Amino acid sequence: MAEYVLELNGITKTFPGVKALDNVYFKLKPGEIHALMGENGAGKSTFIKVITGVHPADEGEMIMNGERVEFKTPNDSKRRGIAAIYQHVTNYPDLNVTENIFMGHEKLQKGTKRILWKEMHKEAEQLLKELGASFSPKTQMGALSVAEQQIVEIAKALSVDAKIIIMDEPTAALTRRESEELYRIAERLRDRGASIIFISHRFEDMYRLATKVTVLRDSKYIGTWDVDAISNHDLIVAMVGRDITQLFPKTDAEIGEELLRVEGLGKTGYFADISFSLRRGEILGLTGLVGAGRTEVCQTLFGIEPYDRGTIYFKGKEARIKKPLDAMNYGIGYLPEDRQKQGLVLEWGIGRNITLPALEKIARKGSINTAKEAEIAKRLAEKVGVKAKSIFDLASSLSGGNQQKVVFAKLLTADLDVIILDEPTKGVDVGAKSAIYEIISDLANQGYGIIMVSSEMPEIIGMCDRVAVMREGRITAFLDRKSITQEAILKASMADEAPVD
Amino acid sequence: MDTRIITNKRDFSLKGFFLQWEWMLVLIFIGVNIMNMSLSEYYWDYNNLRDATMNFLDKAFIVLPMVFIIILGDIDISVASTVALSSVVMADLYNMGVPMPLAVVICLAVGTVCGFINGLLVVKYKELSAVIVTLATMIIYRGIAYILLEDQASGSFPDWFSFLGWGYVGSIPFILIVFAVFAILFAFLLHKTVFGRRVYAMGNNSTASFFSGIQVGKVKIIVFTLTGLMAGVTALFLTSRMGSTRPNVATGYELDVIAMVVLGGISTAGGKGRMIGAILAVFLIGFLRYGLGLVNVQAQVLLIIIGLLLIFAVAVPKLKWGKNKPRKLT
Repeated sequence: MAEYVLELNGITKTFPGVKALDNVYFKLKPGEIHALMGENGAGKSTFIKVITGVHPADEGEMIMNGERVEFKTPNDSKRRGIAAIYQHVTNYPDLNVTENIFMGHEKLQKGTKRILWKEMHKEAEQLLKELGASFSPKTQMGALSVAEQQIVEIAKALSVDAKIIIMDEPTAALTRRESEELYRIAERLRDRGASIIFISHRFEDMYRLATKVTVLRDSKYIGTWDVDAISNHDLIVAMVGRDITQLFPKTDAEIGEELLRVEGLGKTGYFADISFSLRRGEILGLTGLVGAGRTEVCQTLFGIEPYDRGTIYFKGKEARIKKPLDAMNYGIGYLPEDRQKQGLVLEWGIGRNITLPALEKIARKGSINTAKEAEIAKRLAEKVGVKAKSIFDLASSLSGGNQQKVVFAKLLTADLDVIILDEPTKGVDVGAKSAIYEIISDLANQGYGIIMVSSEMPEIIGMCDRVAVMREGRITAFLDRKSITQEAILKASMADEAPVD
Repeated sequence: MDTRIITNKRDFSLKGFFLQWEWMLVLIFIGVNIMNMSLSEYYWDYNNLRDATMNFLDKAFIVLPMVFIIILGDIDISVASTVALSSVVMADLYNMGVPMPLAVVICLAVGTVCGFINGLLVVKYKELSAVIVTLATMIIYRGIAYILLEDQASGSFPDWFSFLGWGYVGSIPFILIVFAVFAILFAFLLHKTVFGRRVYAMGNNSTASFFSGIQVGKVKIIVFTLTGLMAGVTALFLTSRMGSTRPNVATGYELDVIAMVVLGGISTAGGKGRMIGAILAVFLIGFLRYGLGLVNVQAQVLLIIIGLLLIFAVAVPKLKWGKNKPRKLT
């Protein structure tokens, strides 16, 4: 048996005008979990697409088990036992689990081509059991959580007996506990002899799982290391290409008067007894496990969802917020969690996106002054440091971090006092993350009151003046800057602890 | 924060400018005219063309707001029934002794209310698509028209009313002047105002628009209501030209109107297209009909040609953009 199940030598892939992969090397051993890291745009996605045969490589060779292979279509790679599980789970939500697992390779009776449902259900059940899943194969896919859907995707890979499984940011949408479950499954697959290529922005994923790590940057191969042999700092330098001296540029902003006070806010079935206040210049963190009700509280404050109990006070006066426009008129802005679906018009230029929330400002009697619009858009885009050539560049052409900066610029067009940030660095690479932290810190210095929802412990600890921890729709603890620690947050977010005050 | 210089000047590219669908329409339009001229010697005559314009412009009033609806990603197939209902109510009231000017106002009001109801239903019942809602109201509005007139014709309007459809100001048809005014107003509303910008935003990404503080429901209701109002305007001109009305007037107008909008390059997926394209398409189809009518080409053949044009309109942008589309790398 060859030493490597998969070997890539000098792979180059060029798209019109862009070198998406430039002389890349990769070696994967049997039963190895190999992390692939790099910033957004580093070439990780193209890398996967070359391996899976979506885009055939222009140069270089690919060797599987010592034998040179060439994949021209995704089917070629599938036949050789390569399966990819993508970040955004692609499935058929209206079909059941079995149907999803066997989509495209259903078990058929010879001759009549009748689908053998019983056999398929049985095998699906077997696979799910092996993966430690507790749901039935007859469950409708759409009824499952993201984590459970990923398990189905993995089962799908196993059903075709995949030897190499590629996981593209599988933990991005998972809670801590679900991630743990995924780690266990990955290890079980490894123990069965499968090799896993694991792509993630989370360092903890890599440390927990992988033995080797390969870094790509600007479409180029940077290097491969043993995970034990490379320090966190060196790895960041490898990924970013420069030294990030300070990831969290939090400065002490002047804390001013109270902007927002929430008393006993509640929405049946979602959250209850939410009370807190927010001052000028303050960054209030809102954390807890996914599903604890953080996003719901924020969306309620912004008028997207209604509430049935409690009162919101804005600058001391009761605020009635029924729709986003009401919230914005008071001076409350919201940076949504899903920037592509909720934050941006992707087919539009940067400039038009930036001015969208405050069109009145660039209009006279309802008619838009495009010169003024261009001026404001340019100023704000530069202020948040969007990397683009022109304000007419399409939002869809930007990297995740730059897209997020455009959404920040949108907040700056409106006259706001309070800004609610929902997972502001989700799916953003390290370099852009530090730029976003800088923006947030700057906003606090300018006197905005900021609520920051985040699942990422380091950024909560690094950025917030105060933290409210939520569990099952209630705030279980308030921690101030001195007492924000990982242990304290975890303690307050876990179910079996008594509520703390 | 690091400041980079981002330009806010748009690069002008001659190639990009001429690669727009509207230029294709202009080419087809010229082609249609050349074809018509070679088919019939009577075609290229100012008076003939002018009078032909008067024949097809009545439905063009609905094309203008329909552009907004299609950009929103919605559709309204009840417009022809709205025309019929407005027209029938006007005739009925006039025959019952209501003064004609008041009947005209009521005609517009009926159209407006019909449109408002469509908008309200589309916004209230999000799980129903606009095509289903307006399919229902299409049947209901037409049904009411039949109940009111019971398959009778109604007419004998005052003389001044026929001026709408038949009159000239100088040598220019009155209907053409009114259409031009409305066309400019609607083009301005779509391309130059805050309202138009919001319509485009919603057509591209309704959720992001809502999160940006746009009152999406309100915008939608306004657009549907405007469509109803313009259906009322169409009812006035159509009734004036026919001199009488029946409950089955304007049958098939909804498809004509939607065909013109789509041919004009307005994507049914929403968010894309321009008013000028739809206006070009109105004249393109109008002149094509007129020219082929001169040499007695069967109406069915004409429909086939329009159908082919539509497929062309839908396919060409896909073919063109599909090749040059920048690939997303990560």
